[in-house]
Amino acid sequence: MTQLVELKDVHFAHGDRPLYNGLSLTVPKGKVIAVMGPSGIGKTTLLKLIGGQLKPNKGSIKVAGEEVPKLNRDKLYELRKRMSMLFQSGALFTDMSVFDNVAFPLREHTELSEDIIRSVVLMKLEAVGLRGARDLMPSELSGGMARRAALARAIALDPDLIMYDEPFAGQDPISMGVIVKLIKSLNQSLGLTSIVVSHDVKEVLSIADYAYVIADKKVVGEGTPDELRNNNTDIIKQFLQGDADGPVAFHYSNDDFTTDLLGGDK
Amino acid sequence: MIQFFENVGRRVLDSVAGIGFALAMFVSAIIGKPQPRKSWPLFIKQMYVVGVLSMVIIIVSGLFIGMVLGLQGYTILVDYGAEQSLGPMVALSLLRELGPVVTGLLFAGRAGSALTAEIGLMKATEQLSSLEMMAVDPLRRVIAPRFWAGLISMPLLALMFSAVGIYGGYLVGSGWLGVDEGAFWSVMQSAVDWQDDLLNGVIKSIVFAFVVTWIALYKGYRAVPTSAGISAATTSTVVTASLAVLGLDFILTAIMFGG
Repeated sequence: MTQLVELKDVHFAHGDRPLYNGLSLTVPKGKVIAVMGPSGIGKTTLLKLIGGQLKPNKGSIKVAGEEVPKLNRDKLYELRKRMSMLFQSGALFTDMSVFDNVAFPLREHTELSEDIIRSVVLMKLEAVGLRGARDLMPSELSGGMARRAALARAIALDPDLIMYDEPFAGQDPISMGVIVKLIKSLNQSLGLTSIVVSHDVKEVLSIADYAYVIADKKVVGEGTPDELRNNNTDIIKQFLQGDADGPVAFHYSNDDFTTDLLGGDK
Repeated sequence: MIQFFENVGRRVLDSVAGIGFALAMFVSAIIGKPQPRKSWPLFIKQMYVVGVLSMVIIIVSGLFIGMVLGLQGYTILVDYGAEQSLGPMVALSLLRELGPVVTGLLFAGRAGSALTAEIGLMKATEQLSSLEMMAVDPLRRVIAPRFWAGLISMPLLALMFSAVGIYGGYLVGSGWLGVDEGAFWSVMQSAVDWQDDLLNGVIKSIVFAFVVTWIALYKGYRAVPTSAGISAATTSTVVTASLAVLGLDFILTAIMFGG
């Protein structure tokens, strides 16, 4: 199977804080890949690395056969036209209506006439169920609608790859259901490849073809959703079952509590 | 002790890196293939936001400052029987100094702070990142139109400020205090030099426009994307830009009129 995205032995640090030590994963074409992990392990950073917004300290990141960190600006921008990202906040442009937000990438990167742009935008909005909201401003949308509008914008240019950053975070059960369904159906109908970064285990595993669990600066488990559910490793079990304590410690610091109370670090 | 030197060193390095970044940002925002079809509407919109919307504060302040100058000038000049010189006094104060400087300060407070807050919020809400991911350079799309709008609108605002200020001086001087109208305008006309006064004032305001707009854009672009970060960046824009205007005013005045 052709791989659309390939990360090999990626090392990355935010300042002095190492985030990844030898992270490797692959994303086959046409699949929905889930990347899960506890908060703060740099899942968003992973998407930024793939999108070329950040550069790794070491290792290789290939998208569609191109080594992303080595691309010059023009080539990177050319590659980005084939990928898009759904940000956690939606990141809609607040000074434009929903229609103009979705039309934005088309107006920027194509020479299409306004008539054709209108048709494309309406098709994309119809796909996410927001055709009727085209004249609203982002401030008039609910959280779930904003994310769907952003999704319509993300698919405006028919990308090969779409990256979802925590698409389910902060959504009510209905919007969550809608977004789950949209990710799956868009992936199938448009022939996309999707990377879904999330810690909503149940939702993401319901649509993923393959999933990676990241913790401790690397991939600690991978497999199809069923394989992961049957995985007996402590950390995978803790993550999937949501246990408060385990290999991922509940306490931020592991100093001895009694010593600390008695002023041991003074 | 070593800690102290470390801190000083880090601060110096940070500021040098900051200046370098601001310069690099400037170059990549300004230099590039012009795309008039896309950039023109953005520029016009920013001219409205940055320039037209600042007109009220500039015109009202100009009028009051001109009126105060007329009043203060008259009370001093009349003691020496020189109230005929009220016209040039008002005009020269405004064109050479107060026009560019006060406009710079007001512009930093009105438009500069708004630019910083807007760009900082765009950063915090990931709009800048999403532009990048859509293969649109935020420097060209967001920074460049605002920069040009600031650079062009501020000198125009400074001229408006001076013009309205002179009219304010005339209202008070001639209309209220009784300075001869003909003398007010004709003495002003012969005393104000096109190059020395008007042109130098415009040059000053262009320099201030560049500095204020650039500081505002840079601070917004580099703001820490949190509410505290944006608030600090906005404050820092107003403080840094105001100090820069006052400092540069002295240097420019020394160069233009010092010798």
